[in-house]
Amino acid sequence: MMEALNKKLVRDLWNIKGQMLAIIMVMACGIATFIMSFGVSDSLTLSRDVYYDRYQFADVFAQLKRAPYGVRQQILEIPGVSAVEVRVVFGVTIQVDNMVEPASGKLISLPDGRTPLLNNLYLRSGRMILPDEQGAILCSEAFATAHGFTLGDRISMVINGHKRSLSIVGIVLSPEYVYSLGPGAMFPDDKRFGVFWMSQRSLEAAVDMNGAFNDVAIRQDRGSNTAVIKQELDIVLKPYGGLVAYARDEQMSNWFVQNELDQLRVMGLFAPVIFLAVAAFLINVVMTRQVATQRVQIGMLKAVGYSNGEISRHYLKMVLMVVVVGSIVGIAAGVWLGAGMTNMYTDFFHFPILQFSFSAEVMIFSVLFCTLAAVIGTLIAIGQAATLPPAEAMRPESPLQFRRTLLERMGLEKYFSPLFRIVIRHVERRPVRTLLSTLGVGLSMSILIFALFMEDSITYLMEVQFDMAQRQDLSLGFTHPRAISALEEIRLMPGVIKVEPLRRVAVLLKSEHYAKRSSILGIRPNPDLHRILDRDLRAARVPAQGLALSSKLAEVLHVRRGDLVTVEVLEDRRPILKIRVAEIVEEFIGLNAFMDIDQLNRHLNEGPVITGASIMVDPLWNGPLYQKIKEIPAIASMNILRKAREIFREVMGENLLKMVAINVVFASLISFGVIYNTARIALSERGRELASLRVLGLTRGEVAYILFGEMTIIILMAIPVGLFIGYMMVLGMAQSMDTELFRLPAMVDKDTYGLSVIVVVLSAVLSFYLVWRQVENIDLVSAQKGVE
Amino acid sequence: MIENNGLNDNITFRTEALTKDYITGETVVQALRGVTLDIPKGDMVVLLGPSGSGKSTFLNIIGGLDSPTSGEVYFKKDRLSDYSEQQLTLFRRHNVGFVFQAYNLVPSLTALENVALVTDISLDPLPPMEAMKAVNMENRAHHFPSQLSGGEQQRVAIARALAKRPEVLLCDEPTGALDSETGIVVLKALRDVNKDYGTTTIIITHNAAIADMADRVIYFADGQVVNIKVNDNPCAPEEIVW
Repeated sequence: MMEALNKKLVRDLWNIKGQMLAIIMVMACGIATFIMSFGVSDSLTLSRDVYYDRYQFADVFAQLKRAPYGVRQQILEIPGVSAVEVRVVFGVTIQVDNMVEPASGKLISLPDGRTPLLNNLYLRSGRMILPDEQGAILCSEAFATAHGFTLGDRISMVINGHKRSLSIVGIVLSPEYVYSLGPGAMFPDDKRFGVFWMSQRSLEAAVDMNGAFNDVAIRQDRGSNTAVIKQELDIVLKPYGGLVAYARDEQMSNWFVQNELDQLRVMGLFAPVIFLAVAAFLINVVMTRQVATQRVQIGMLKAVGYSNGEISRHYLKMVLMVVVVGSIVGIAAGVWLGAGMTNMYTDFFHFPILQFSFSAEVMIFSVLFCTLAAVIGTLIAIGQAATLPPAEAMRPESPLQFRRTLLERMGLEKYFSPLFRIVIRHVERRPVRTLLSTLGVGLSMSILIFALFMEDSITYLMEVQFDMAQRQDLSLGFTHPRAISALEEIRLMPGVIKVEPLRRVAVLLKSEHYAKRSSILGIRPNPDLHRILDRDLRAARVPAQGLALSSKLAEVLHVRRGDLVTVEVLEDRRPILKIRVAEIVEEFIGLNAFMDIDQLNRHLNEGPVITGASIMVDPLWNGPLYQKIKEIPAIASMNILRKAREIFREVMGENLLKMVAINVVFASLISFGVIYNTARIALSERGRELASLRVLGLTRGEVAYILFGEMTIIILMAIPVGLFIGYMMVLGMAQSMDTELFRLPAMVDKDTYGLSVIVVVLSAVLSFYLVWRQVENIDLVSAQKGVE
Repeated sequence: MIENNGLNDNITFRTEALTKDYITGETVVQALRGVTLDIPKGDMVVLLGPSGSGKSTFLNIIGGLDSPTSGEVYFKKDRLSDYSEQQLTLFRRHNVGFVFQAYNLVPSLTALENVALVTDISLDPLPPMEAMKAVNMENRAHHFPSQLSGGEQQRVAIARALAKRPEVLLCDEPTGALDSETGIVVLKALRDVNKDYGTTTIIITHNAAIADMADRVIYFADGQVVNIKVNDNPCAPEEIVW
């Protein structure tokens, strides 16, 4: 039954293979981005959850100065606490032979003779530490990989002022350091920050902590109240110099991972949803027009006795072939790209296993979404053709009522050639179609802008961060607060051009029931190196009185200029202060508060002390300077801003830009697919008319002018539409990318707009060329006879 | 009541006070203004009349392609004007063969496949090749429409229409686009189908000469039937002087 109709299907499809290919491409791009982005996000989330669960990542954490072991029992008695692990954690400086600048690290104790109850280690290679083993450490995989360390290699580090050489017996990963950030660093730098584990008794002996601990990790019962446990823990630890306890969501590594995942989810939601929606819209429009060109045949099929249902099924089969091929290509591309993208994340997420997987729901949803769009488009077209009585459907569409266009009625007629009049009357004759075509081309252009803006925005962010705000070459951090005279010592070091003081103090900021752990950075009122920027991103003076909060921090605390915030200092005497918000400043990275350094010291009841310095350095002296810094035990951390910028470019920039590149390629393909299809359909709709004009003596060029004139007008109208929609998408994206870690400025370069216009214009030129070759083949005689 | 309306199997179509209005914009065009007539079974009927006289509208309505504004259409004993969309589709599928002026062949199917398009959905069709033979097109059966002349395409269209063994064959200007020689070949094909299968055949034409081969000639003007002429001695298509 209906074999002939199936033959028609296959031959018709083959006949318009170019257009079908374009639709398949648009659809595959939509589905691929969707599967890739959701897959990457889901894979990372799944890897994290499984890792945390299997390796007992703790729920609540606290640091303190020093407490005897007995306190452990007290902590365990807090209601809701199901497991407690106490440890010694100590900051160390590491000396790596082939690296001029110093590296810092963390040394963590491992219980002797048993596995830790919490924050267990994944052993990548080698073995665990033996009970009471001396001189052996486990090394974090990231640090080992960055330096090419293998089992048996020795690392020399300065522990508590003593230089020790330790042998690596195992390479491990920890759920606490999925994202490992050195002290004061903005981005992970695996070369300059490493984490190490050693036998508890060995470490206790090395740092004079026998029978004591300075770090607590807790697992809470399911359903217990985290806030209450934190409070109780603070009470228990207060006599022992405990800092404020914090939960998982404030744990550094997890906070970063969570922020990254949030960003990825936004990006992985926003971009593919837009891509898929645009693709679906385009498929819908293109399919409607494709089927509409078959109106005469639909009329004939009805006349000879085919029912509407049979005819719909026939065309739906055609659509489903496209959908099936598009889906297969889309899914395959999505999985392939997703696996590649996931793999790139291993650069800054240290998971034991990170494997790309995507859920069936994501696949089914994206395929169904496109299928539905195509099917609805087809049904609309069939509906339009089928509601006509067959007799009418078979007649060529009756000439629509043309009239003088708006432009002509405005009296511009005398400037128009007859050919141009044909063109603009055609444009005006079908306002809905013109609008849809314009919107289609505009949308394909807007996703290009959207794909490209990410790079603009990050470049801009880096410029603001490093050229305007943090202009120092180096930031130093001291182990303890030092007298301001330390600045003079630094000034005398080789190559130092300029030094500015920094005083950083860890605080808990509170306003009503909102609270955030952060730090206040004291700087000079008119700094030249580490500056603060006002809302217009101009360098601002540090207020003489009160705090300057970053806009995001102000948002988190729900405070405005002039409001009072409670500042609980988390160091030494731990005073609780009330300070007024004097200024809101702009920052794209982090959640910081700033204050005049002298004022900060007064609030803390301290003399002129500093905890670090910003330095401008003559790059020729980097080597001797780094050497000098390595020799000073009081310097706990050193951040090279130029290096930070490079790392940002390498790790984040590169990964993000690869995604951007994929999106740009997809957006270009979609843009081409849409324009080519629009041009190709215009040709099939108007082939006979154009042939008649050729018979009347018009040249090929003139005929092309009519055909492409209309398209050109549509593209010209689409450009401002695309620019506008593109910018709206950028604004939407910037708004949803607003995380605590990172804000994305809605910044679009002129080049991006230019490039998107160029892609659209090139797509048009290529499409015109391809369609032009078909115009050349119009058979004048048969076109006149009415043979299709 | 309707059954007792004097209808019997010898009447293929009956229309009563058939009207059809087309509304275009603000004007109403009355394409049919009360057409009442009977078309006997097995007749070859020619509809004559100037453009816009309502012939095509009439043909489309009795063929189930269009519905009347008022009035009744009976096909044999059934009232066609009561049919649902679904019933009309089945009516066309099983009872009516259409031949259009523009042939309306599917360009992506060969001549034979175009015939098969219809036999695929018919209850008791002729084998497609036999239908091709009936119009002397068996040698061109595997050509695509673009490889056939106008007359050949029209003969394929006739083969497609007769392959389902329809009760009626409705032809709208079947020779309109053809020269006289080709036109006669097409008309001969129609005459043969009418005689061999007893198919009631209704042909619309501008060409008064064609009327000579009809059993019955119905003259249309201004949406009404102005004259019906019964031809006791129809001539053979070959004798028609164009």
